Parts: sequence; structure tokens; C-alpha cells
Amino acid sequence: MRVVVMGCGRVGARVASNLAHNGHDVAVVDTDPRAFRRLPPEFPGDTIIGTGIDEDVLRSAGIESATVFIAVTNGDNRNIMAAQVARMIFDVPEVICRIYDPVREDTYRRLGLTTVCPTTTVSAMILDHVIGAVPRRGLED
Amino acid sequence: MYNIVVGGGKVGFYLTKQLLEEGHEVLLIERNPEKANLVSDTFGAVVLTGDGAEAVTLASAGAARADVVIAVTGEDEDNLVVCQTARQKFHVAKTIARVNNPKNEQLFRMLGVDVTVSQTNHILHLIEQSIPDRPFLHLLSLRHADLAMVEARITDESVVAHKAIGEIDLPVDCVIAAISRGNHVTVPTAATELLPGDDVIAVTRVDQEDELRRLLCTDC
Repeated sequence: MRVVVMGCGRVGARVASNLAHNGHDVAVVDTDPRAFRRLPPEFPGDTIIGTGIDEDVLRSAGIESATVFIAVTNGDNRNIMAAQVARMIFDVPEVICRIYDPVREDTYRRLGLTTVCPTTTVSAMILDHVIGAVPRRGLED
Repeated sequence: MYNIVVGGGKVGFYLTKQLLEEGHEVLLIERNPEKANLVSDTFGAVVLTGDGAEAVTLASAGAARADVVIAVTGEDEDNLVVCQTARQKFHVAKTIARVNNPKNEQLFRMLGVDVTVSQTNHILHLIEQSIPDRPFLHLLSLRHADLAMVEARITDESVVAHKAIGEIDLPVDCVIAAISRGNHVTVPTAATELLPGDDVIAVTRVDQEDELRRLLCTDC
């Protein structure tokens, strides 16, 4: 399965190397060549320098034969735009898009994108710990 | 008319100035406080400091009652999200985006942006038009249905020279709108014969522009 990952930060590098390790054909796109240092030295996939909102860059990353596209740069708008390019122009069957802003995430989820919002997910986890801890203290008192 | 302009760079600055001079109500949204201050020092209280791609900012800008939202930041992705948020969340009737990569014009329109302005394309076309004796010119892009207006000079070598328009096998969505011959402009009929030296003005679907070019100009 061909997977294109846009953004080689901590999340992008981790997802890419994990998928490659599991035998998938992975290409990682990032504007900064130094970002590829986050990949393990034995990373077998392709690394492409460029911005994933440019159709030509995505084409050279093999998007035309991709089954999955993952947009995980630090820019919400960049992820949103690239995800829509992957879906509308290249008909990629599975497109996943990270959006930090919960309101924006809600808008684009309604528009049909598969979205991941670290802000709501991480807050929920933290709150779960905090609220989970409060009644216990209450009981001890 | 209430216009919201997003992006206070040079384009946003002069756009705001022009719209104010024409008597419109304008609010400029700029993320950078220094740039925002520069605009409010010049034009007064017409600036909101914030991220125009954020729904909260657009809400406090009164986007729900805006007639037009114009996104002119330097980043295509920001302009796209501003327009989509204005449309989806605030039902703004008209959204306009500045586009840096000309290829994004079509994408933006597919994604619901009403009007796109590509400076790159605009400059390219101006350069094309200023090169003398180019046999085929792209005059302008029409905003609906991806249509373009083009001009072609018929030469002695053209396969279509001395042929009546009815005899020419034009691409399907392509209409010859006018012929400029000497100092006269005529609306052609099927019987009108194309002569060397004619300037043919045609409206065509963008994806048939090349086919039309090959048909009308053998030497280009």
C-alpha cells in the first residue's frame, strides 16, 4: 500500500517509519530537508523536499497511486488544503488530516474530511486523569 | 456594502484604501499587531487584530452580515481556509481569494471559492500580450465554467485561411465571437470567410484552448 505523509515532524516521522517497518511503500514530504533526520537511518521509503499543497510535489511523491494520504504539518491550513487536494484532485481513498483548532476541525469534519484534533484528544485525556482523581480524593476525605 | 479583507500586506492595505475611498464599509483583519497598527494609524478604526482563518475572529468581525470576504494573505492555504470558513460558518454570499500558485485557481473554485485572482497568471498574460506578433493570445479567463477568451491572428500559412467558418471543424465548446479585419469588427456567420490578417476573437473552454490554437495557427 502506497502511503504519502506530509510533514516530517515527530508525528509524521513516527507514522512514516512505523508504516514502512510494516512493509508499506511510504513517501514523506517536507519543506525542510533537515526534518528527515527524524527518520531512522534504515528508513526504506522516499523523502521528497517540497510543500504538500503543490500538486506537482504530491505527484512526485507518488500520490497518484496512493491509498492513504496523511497531512501532519504544524499548519492547520496547510493540512486542510493538502487534504482537499489529495481528495478532490487525486481521489485518494483515505485522507487523514491533523487540525489543532477544534472549531476548524469541526468545520472540515462536517465537510467530509477524516480529521484528528490533538487539542481535544489530549485535553480529554488530561481531564480524564484529573476528574478521575478528584472523586478519589473526595472519598478519602 | 460590507467587505471584510483578510491580510494586511501591501495588497490588503491598498485594497482597503481603495474600498474606503469608494465609500464602502471595510474591516481589515491582520494577524501581526505591528502591521495592524500601521493600517489603523493610516485609516482609523477599520482594523481587527487576529487570525482571519479562525471562526472566532470572523464572528467578531461580523462576518454573518458581510457581503464579501476577500482573502489576500501571501499564503494560498490561509486564503482557502478563510474563504471556506466564511462560506460554511457564516454563509457569506461572495468569497474572493488571492492565489499565488496559478494551478490553485481551479482547485479553489472546485472547493467553493467564488472568485480567484492569480497575480502570477495576470502578469504572465500581460507579458504575452505585450510581445508583438504573437499569433495566439489568451485575453482573459471568464469565471464561469472555466471559459477563456482568446485572440488568434490568421496568417497565409493557417489551414483555416480562405475557409468559411461553417467549414471549420471547431472544438465542441468553442465559439468565434468576432472578427477584427482592418478597422472593422464583425460578428461572423457560418458563411464568413477567414482571411489572412484577420484577428479572430473566440470564447473557448480552457481545456480546448490548445486544440483551438493548433487549428487556427499552424505556425505556433
